[in-house]
Amino acid sequence: MSGAVRAPVAAADASASALEAARSVPGQVELAAAAPGPERDAARDDHEGRGGRGDGRIDAGLRVVPVRHWGRWIASLVVIFVVLQFLWSLASNPKWEWDVFAEYFFAPSVVNGLWLTLWLTVVAGVAGFVLGALLAVFRLSKSPLLNAAAWWYVWFFRSVPLVVQILVWYNLGYLYPTIGLGTPFTTDFWIAEFQTTTLISAFAAAAIGLSLHQAAYSAEIIRAGILSVDQGQLEAAGALGLPRRIRFFRITLPQAARAIVPNAFNEVIGLVKGTSVVFIVALPELFYTVQVIYNRNQRVIPLLLVAVVWYALITTVLSIAQFYVERRFARGAVRELPPTPLQQARAWAATQWRRLGDTPNGDAPNRDAARGCAAPGTAPPRPAPSGGAPGPDALRDLRDRHPATTRPGGTA
Amino acid sequence: MTATTLTPSFDLQQVATRTPASIGRVEITDVSKAYGANQVLRDVSLTVEPGQVVALIGPSGSGKSTLLRTINHLETVDRGSITVDGRYIGYERKGDVLHELREAEILRRRTQVGLVFQNFNLFPHLTAIENVIEAPIALRRQSRAEARSLAEALLARVGLADKAGHYPRQLSGGQQQRVAIARALALSPKVLLFDEPTSALDPELVGEVLDVIRGLARDGTTLIIVTHEIGFAREVADRVVFLDHGEILEQGPPGQVLHRPRHPRTRDFLAKVL
Repeated sequence: MSGAVRAPVAAADASASALEAARSVPGQVELAAAAPGPERDAARDDHEGRGGRGDGRIDAGLRVVPVRHWGRWIASLVVIFVVLQFLWSLASNPKWEWDVFAEYFFAPSVVNGLWLTLWLTVVAGVAGFVLGALLAVFRLSKSPLLNAAAWWYVWFFRSVPLVVQILVWYNLGYLYPTIGLGTPFTTDFWIAEFQTTTLISAFAAAAIGLSLHQAAYSAEIIRAGILSVDQGQLEAAGALGLPRRIRFFRITLPQAARAIVPNAFNEVIGLVKGTSVVFIVALPELFYTVQVIYNRNQRVIPLLLVAVVWYALITTVLSIAQFYVERRFARGAVRELPPTPLQQARAWAATQWRRLGDTPNGDAPNRDAARGCAAPGTAPPRPAPSGGAPGPDALRDLRDRHPATTRPGGTA
Repeated sequence: MTATTLTPSFDLQQVATRTPASIGRVEITDVSKAYGANQVLRDVSLTVEPGQVVALIGPSGSGKSTLLRTINHLETVDRGSITVDGRYIGYERKGDVLHELREAEILRRRTQVGLVFQNFNLFPHLTAIENVIEAPIALRRQSRAEARSLAEALLARVGLADKAGHYPRQLSGGQQQRVAIARALALSPKVLLFDEPTSALDPELVGEVLDVIRGLARDGTTLIIVTHEIGFAREVADRVVFLDHGEILEQGPPGQVLHRPRHPRTRDFLAKVL
């Protein structure tokens, strides 16, 4: 399975190695199934004694012996050993206290904390990026005042530690006991007046602080994206008479998004964990909640694991979303979009299915159906044959024309 | 020539065979422009009659491209004036005063003048046909369906009917440039400007782009072409203009400027490029 998601060159390697393995140890031929492509077919045919097909590396009857990467094999074994050892220790060492982990993973207080974390992330993420986009546009504006204002904003909020900022918002009532509307430059609030402490709750202080902080960083990310768009694009849009709004939203932004998206997801994933700073105003988000619990029951490790696993789950979901969003904005930027893992998995499953239904003479009619099942314009990774290996059709031709071609590998 | 592919809802004649009568006259009068201390245009005057094809030739840095860009107001001039059919692109004249126009109005007027770039500048995130329909739809000239049928006709006209759904990166340079020409034509400009349209192309792809331009010249569109293809200039241009150091040194019919140049600098230049 793993072979199906590797890069094409690696797949070719794996396939070649598997071919070697198949040759020496017949029982391991299933390994070869991991890599799609003609070599795999050839390996199977060889093993099943049908032969005569050529393995894509045969030219004029010469046999090519692939390089053996001994170092890579040894390193892989070491890595496998270390991973297995660690997994074994996780299962066997009672001090991980998985029962405690299970007890608290869905505990109501933990789930409430998780919701607060997610809610803060959404609020600060959305507000931060909207304000950040505005700042980026200000910063790129021809108006020196807007430009300078955006610069100073970014300077200020990147300078002040987030914790300090949240504390100041939380304690704003100390500096300004009341906030209101009235005559400018006076404290004469004759339209409306509020007690600051009732207006700004702990949650509001945290949300404002996180959003303003996030906006400073988002502004730079968005600005970088906009700057990365080729000047010629704007000239072309201008020459076509496209209005400013359309130039920005239809031409610049979709192209800038390609540079913005990876960094933006970086920021949002950072923000998920960054929200834990709001413990300073005693908001029970996920991390603060588990701290409170383990301070009470002293089960530090399993409770930290509860938080870690939740964070990992959120990050996983966001990473998957990132993959598809990036793919969306890569349209036109690459000639062929790489297949999604889902498409790869379907192609792999179809290959396996086809193998099951293969007729004894090896000429299943829909031999290439597995490749066709990926979305149009995409193809599962194929081995990149160094010697320009012919495709399956060419291989069939080769066999038909030279029925006596040596068996793949030529060893028997 | 592609009228067969048309839907009746829209009139290709308007695009394909423009009436060469009184539209597309460009008048450039005493234009000067400097970038800092670098004087790129010096008192350039040039009149292009409707339907005329003018080739601008000259060494690199002679101001050809700058002159072209001033015509559709992508560059502003320091002195002098440029009008298309008697109107300024960037200003409105009231008596003896030129009032600078708002951007929206400049953009609207600029669509009278199409520009084809040396490096195509197609929008890479849009397919060929989306590139062509973007401006007509954005400027509310046509409904989406009308714009699409016009775009299909235009793509067929440049020989790319089957590439409508391709992204620019999936096309060859010559094909991209032909899409760029279709995109410029979609706004039915009175004047079409070409800024070295074949300089970024492999020699074997130059021909397909020149064929399209040749077709436009026959149809009577006013064309101003900055080019290094001297042979092409000789063939399609009604007039060849030689620029050097921001000045027009010589102009006239191709036979005269290219074969019997009067100015020694023209002779030097032609000796190098021919």
